[in-house]
Amino acid sequence: MIDTVVSVEMLVEEVLRIKRNRLAPDECTGNEKRLCIASGSHGDELGGQYICYQVIRRIKKEFENLIGIVDIYPTMNPLGLDAQSRDFPLMDIDMNTVFPGDEEGAILDHTAARLIKDMAGADICLDIHSSNNLIREIPQVRLNDDVIETIMPYAKLLNTELVWIHPSTSVRPGSLAYALNSIGVKTMVIEAGVALRIDYEYCEQIVEGIFSLMKQMGIWKGEVGEIRTPMIATDGEVQFVNAESSGLFVPNIKHSMRVKKGEKIGTIVDVITGSVEERIYAPCDGLVFTLREYPAIEEGALIARIFGGAMNE
Amino acid sequence: MNKEIIFNMNTAFRGEYAVVGYRFGHGDPSACIIGAMRGNEFQQLYMCSQLIAKLEQLEAKGAIVANKEIMIIPSLNYNSMNVGKKFWVSDNTDINRSFPGNPEGPATSRIAAAVLERVKGYRYGIQFASFYMGGEFIPHVRLTEEGVKNTSLANLFGMPYVLTASERTFDVSTLNYNWQKGGTSAFSVYTGATEWIDEERARQGVSSVLRFLTRMGIIRYNCHGGYISTVVEEDELLSIRSDMPGFFRQKASTNMEVTRGQLLAEIVDSFRGDVISRLVAPTDGIIFYQHIEPMVFQNSVVFKMIKKIHE
Repeated sequence: MIDTVVSVEMLVEEVLRIKRNRLAPDECTGNEKRLCIASGSHGDELGGQYICYQVIRRIKKEFENLIGIVDIYPTMNPLGLDAQSRDFPLMDIDMNTVFPGDEEGAILDHTAARLIKDMAGADICLDIHSSNNLIREIPQVRLNDDVIETIMPYAKLLNTELVWIHPSTSVRPGSLAYALNSIGVKTMVIEAGVALRIDYEYCEQIVEGIFSLMKQMGIWKGEVGEIRTPMIATDGEVQFVNAESSGLFVPNIKHSMRVKKGEKIGTIVDVITGSVEERIYAPCDGLVFTLREYPAIEEGALIARIFGGAMNE
Repeated sequence: MNKEIIFNMNTAFRGEYAVVGYRFGHGDPSACIIGAMRGNEFQQLYMCSQLIAKLEQLEAKGAIVANKEIMIIPSLNYNSMNVGKKFWVSDNTDINRSFPGNPEGPATSRIAAAVLERVKGYRYGIQFASFYMGGEFIPHVRLTEEGVKNTSLANLFGMPYVLTASERTFDVSTLNYNWQKGGTSAFSVYTGATEWIDEERARQGVSSVLRFLTRMGIIRYNCHGGYISTVVEEDELLSIRSDMPGFFRQKASTNMEVTRGQLLAEIVDSFRGDVISRLVAPTDGIIFYQHIEPMVFQNSVVFKMIKKIHE
């Protein structure tokens, strides 16, 4: 059933509506587990849209296997998605910094508060992101270290290569994940791919993980494919590689490759002089789980993140 | 006056980018003033330029007190201003959410780290800040929760109001917070404008800094005594919200004393033109903030009032 959970009058004749698709068994006992899947708080991230579509499609196709409630919010920032703007248009504010919001507040605060109110009481929430337009990410779950004990068993089910225990902006105060975790809704952030694009393979991988989670939660009784065991990364096991020159980044490796310490990651070239400004080498053995996608860079720009901890074969 | 480079880097397509500071006097690091951190802070940059011009004159007259040094950094982010962007051009990040910064991190983090490293140790830190809400407000000096102990010092700017604020989640990544943590007494000076120049209020802001520097014994300058500031807690400001969306027809303005029931604004239907809402003052007081955009969303804060105060 599709419901409007947020409705706000806009400046001229238009109503902003944020919709939720609730998928539930025909007859509920009231004891069903409930999973929320949220996406699109950043208007330039499209992977989550496709994941929502695939989850809904599969549930509808095998509806007899649904024994719990799945609430899907594909477009939390419809104005941003429409305008291809990462932030909430008009205000230039990152929606994922305003939670839990204020129900009595203006459009953005009100929207955030209504979403939190609607998701409150769920057992688990997944907030699906697709990086930004500058860097590509391997499918990963990001967790704050204060919720590891309660959330890690679920994070491992999501069929991602990596679970990164890291206080990134996506799980900091102001984020949907932080706000929901603080009211008892176990919330995980999934990052995969790159903004403005859809990596269909990554999406299918995460969809399988979502059904695995649903099965574990007692929401799904259908068949689930084999789920990979993720590597667990803490901040100390992740090496950041930043550029020390500006120019064009020409990679020598592919995303998701395993590299050896000293292996060439790429070069930064100057387009006026035709010279190589910098050669960038891997600081450790490991998995390149983040790699620069947008080639124009400046000093300090993130080129890669390498996980150098214990790896799966 | 000495110009120094505080941070520089090469950009991919626009050559070298440098953050520069202007130093007056020599010796004890006494006061540092920072201007525009965002590409839309024209008033803040303008005020710095006027302050630099004034201090240059004063230095030529020997009016900087011996063994006192003043540093002014007019802009941290003029490359965004040059292309009409508010935040850092290449990744849309905000320098004033990047403190304390990381010298090995992305560009905004490097700038924050380099600037903080250079300005730490100054006894007084002053930022010409832009208000977090678009609109017009009464000029004031704002102190964060960390800086509330400096309320009596903030009065020495002689601005009409000193606003004390509770900590917000993002404060830890701002210059003011990190300055304060490092032992500098930090103040934010707000003059009511950001994307346009309000000449009179810019002059008021510049004068307030010169007054403060005089009273702290850093410069010799004969200036008007300014206001005996009224201290207001930000949480005590009364917010008045629009109950409908539409054209915002303003009937009251900042610094105006209003009485309970007085009409503050009308909201006009965007197509039919009729008045669909009348916003009135819920109590006596003075208008501290007003919305200035032509239209307004439902539930937006359109006025903030200081309650039960008279001119």
